[in-house]
Amino acid sequence: MLAALSVVSCSKLPWGGASMPSEVAAAYENAPDRVRRITHQQYANTIAYVFGSDIEVGVPFAPLRRTEGLLASGAASAGVTSGELQQLQRSAAAIAAQVMDPGSIEQQTPSRREYLVPCKPADATAADDECARKFIQHTGRLLFRRPLKAAKVNTLVEQAHRGATDLKDFYAGLTAVLEGLLIDPHFLLIVDATEPDPDHPGKRRLDAYSLASRLSFFLWDAGPDEALLNAAESGELYTRKGLQRTVDMMLASPRLESGVRAFFDDMFGFEDFGNLAKDASVYPKVTGATLQDAREQTLRTVVDLLLTRKGDYRELFTTRDTFMSPALATVYEVPTLPGWVPYEFPENSQRVGILTQVSFLGLHAHPARSSPTHRGKALRELLLCQKVPPPPPNVDFSALNNPDAHYPTQRERVAAHLSAPTCAGCHKITDPIGLALENFDGSGAYRDNESGAPIDASGNLDGKKFQDAKGLARAMYDNPAVTSCLVTRLYSYGSGGPATTAERPILAYLKDRFAADGYRVPDLMRTIAMGFALPRAGNEKSPALTAHKASERGQRLSAANHDSNATNGLTGQE
Amino acid sequence: MSDLSRRRVLRGMLNGTAVTVALPLLNCFLNDNGTALASGAPLPLRFGTWAWGLGMNKDIFVPKKLGANFDLPEEIVSLAPIRQHINLYTNFNCFRDAAPNLCHKTGWIIARSGMAPMTQADLPGETIDITIAKKIGSSARFQTLTATATGNVRDSFSYENANSISIADWSPVQFYAKLFGGDFQDPNAAEFKVNPRVMLRKSVLSGVMDDVKDLSRSIGAEDRARLDQYFTGLRDLERQFDQQLTKPEPRPACVMPPAPKEEPKAGLDVELVTARHKLMTDLMVMAVACDQTRVFNMAYSQSAAATSRVGYDKPHHTASHEEPVDQQLGYQPQTSWFIRRSMESWAYFVEAFAKVREGDGTLLDNVLIYASTDQSLARVHSIENQPMFTAGRAGGRVKTGLHIDGGGSACTRLGFTAMKLFELDNGSWGTQSNGTSKEIGEMLA
Repeated sequence: MLAALSVVSCSKLPWGGASMPSEVAAAYENAPDRVRRITHQQYANTIAYVFGSDIEVGVPFAPLRRTEGLLASGAASAGVTSGELQQLQRSAAAIAAQVMDPGSIEQQTPSRREYLVPCKPADATAADDECARKFIQHTGRLLFRRPLKAAKVNTLVEQAHRGATDLKDFYAGLTAVLEGLLIDPHFLLIVDATEPDPDHPGKRRLDAYSLASRLSFFLWDAGPDEALLNAAESGELYTRKGLQRTVDMMLASPRLESGVRAFFDDMFGFEDFGNLAKDASVYPKVTGATLQDAREQTLRTVVDLLLTRKGDYRELFTTRDTFMSPALATVYEVPTLPGWVPYEFPENSQRVGILTQVSFLGLHAHPARSSPTHRGKALRELLLCQKVPPPPPNVDFSALNNPDAHYPTQRERVAAHLSAPTCAGCHKITDPIGLALENFDGSGAYRDNESGAPIDASGNLDGKKFQDAKGLARAMYDNPAVTSCLVTRLYSYGSGGPATTAERPILAYLKDRFAADGYRVPDLMRTIAMGFALPRAGNEKSPALTAHKASERGQRLSAANHDSNATNGLTGQE
Repeated sequence: MSDLSRRRVLRGMLNGTAVTVALPLLNCFLNDNGTALASGAPLPLRFGTWAWGLGMNKDIFVPKKLGANFDLPEEIVSLAPIRQHINLYTNFNCFRDAAPNLCHKTGWIIARSGMAPMTQADLPGETIDITIAKKIGSSARFQTLTATATGNVRDSFSYENANSISIADWSPVQFYAKLFGGDFQDPNAAEFKVNPRVMLRKSVLSGVMDDVKDLSRSIGAEDRARLDQYFTGLRDLERQFDQQLTKPEPRPACVMPPAPKEEPKAGLDVELVTARHKLMTDLMVMAVACDQTRVFNMAYSQSAAATSRVGYDKPHHTASHEEPVDQQLGYQPQTSWFIRRSMESWAYFVEAFAKVREGDGTLLDNVLIYASTDQSLARVHSIENQPMFTAGRAGGRVKTGLHIDGGGSACTRLGFTAMKLFELDNGSWGTQSNGTSKEIGEMLA
């Protein structure tokens, strides 16, 4: 093992043959350790893995604050409030009751405890310390993502004993103990624990279990499974080959799809679907099912292109391949079959890539009309990692008051934005993008005219002009900010918080690697994942850099970019 | 008071953990004057907030007359049924000093937390509901309850700190289950049994607290503050368990509401929001009457309200900026239409508390509700003269039915006055120009 460990040197690290510049290795050393709150989906996925996907978990968490483009990055600074703990306790009680459910023949419910408790008590109406111990050690290890300390196990066994005795029910004792595990900080907080790195004296490394958690939450959006914890326990994750084997196994697992879906759902801001509705009097074809399917369509497109076909990330903006459902077919005005079926838009269609899917078009529009501004802003912020400044508070909006009916299309209506100096600064960076999508109304349906007037869908993105949505798609494909934004977001997502200034060389390195790998996302995920094992700066205690500090640093990074891009009014992470 | 001796009933209850008593229960649980509970404890004082987005049109919102019997201009005409229960505060200012005017944030954040945010990401510190809950909230099952009529869990105006937003209950079905589901103890139930499972939960909780302490020792100082917050939350949970192990004081005003059968339709159409607001309000009122909480928050809309109207292509916020001012009317008619609907819901909210009898008055008599918004004239993001309301008499400490002019003074005076009414011992509230130690004397009884 020692021989293998020595391969993990920081200045020359042959990940797939490429060596790592020393400033990148140094940046990895200064990457922060994180303390993050488990997200709702991570919680639900973990419960599903440990106890089964039929367990109802409720929604016990407060929403996270979108931080540097990701909700997941908000977890690095999120607290756990009293109200939240009360909800978490109720969820814990409900989950524990389901796990210990004896089942009912009349109600045709399964006896989950038959298979979730790994032993049977000698007497179900009395304590059985050995059986309780087995359950606690097994389940506790999966929930805490590391073995429980012996003293903790003993305490829990005692509590289970007392409960079983008082209530004359072995499973009632386990229920109370399980409720406690589910509100324990070792379950709800994901803490990067470090230890001295024996291969690099004076430096530290993530301990094997923290490394396993990072990998698992990054790639699967759930806590580590049994095999991954075993790999951590055996020391396999400390060897380059062992780590590579593990990461490859995780990338090949069907669970990768959950991880990829979670990331893109977050990056694309799809949580807003939870509260999206369209005016039924204007868009009668759009129902709740349509919007639900719109979100699913884009995620299916992502998974198919990036995972199944191992495609180039940039093709997400140009692909004609997608999936169709009956509810969506009505809006797209295409024939389809029941259920989800693969669908390819014809060559002459304006539908190319995810920007022309109902998810993007509908999410970034008003309930009863399109919005070139919202669409342009979303594209900048979500997909290019740039910040569009908010409108100045004292702007004179009367310039927009265009009640004249002879301005039939959005182009004329928003023209006031571009002609008024106070508005133009920001709107010139959003509207010319959004206007290219004007062939799609607020529901995402195609149109070639608005109020009888033909639609001019010309526009430009950072100086590159185009005539329609297809041209915008190509401009996105060619725009280097598209891929570098993905790198920034994916790295932040995997490492558990917004990228700090100190991590900039890592981002630059990953961008080069992403390009060299043909913009294949699983390869990028592998490179990011392998980086988690690199040595970290040594200090006595290696306290987790607070997320607050990290957030501040992230903001400084953003502020620095703001300055460097001040000429065009944009902030970016390029 | 009936012949059924209150003391006889209570004696029977207290002689055992499970005793069946005869009905009627109602007023026999109050003192002979109907002003306190039978135990002698006064009827509890509660604090609530209500929020609406996008302010007002001053000319048709602010009454000409000050003091009692103020006139009701057309934008607030729907407040006629509740005028005697409320106060309207105008000509108060939320000062941003050197901070930028952050659209739809600066105004409400100052009003609720006393300080002006410096950036869009600069969320409030502790909001006033949390501050007051720390004083009075621990006597009830939930320290605070927060609900929204928007259907969106994110629409909450309550923060413990910048990184800790209070969860907004948005689903009537889930809100009912939370309030009146499994763990609910009907305070008027004839029987009370100590639940041994709760005792067990409490003992397990101590081990969780130990884990927080252990973990706290291994992480950095600022993350430790997050662990401290976690620990406080566990303490609150422990207190909640203690309450479940104690026979609740009977609450004559508490009547279990019917369970909502299904989730209302999603969406921000004003009809849907109004319907959801009614459902959530009715549940909240009973949560208060049943003493499940003493501090509550309700949001009718988010700050930049996206409420929409069938057949009109602009949601409220968009309309506020893009709708032309009608030259004859002198205001934006569609935008005003949305504000009027907000005021109708405010009237519903207040009436819902006024309709519940408690003691010799109503539930509203023992409540102070503070209502605020994010702008005054939303079209230009003005935060000058943001209107505010209170409703309720706070146990007789507050006069109602008044239109009060702030003379341009700090809007935080209302929050500060509320704090004094709830006997907080801070000498002032707010920062820089919003710092105040001056109560609004006109409202005090």
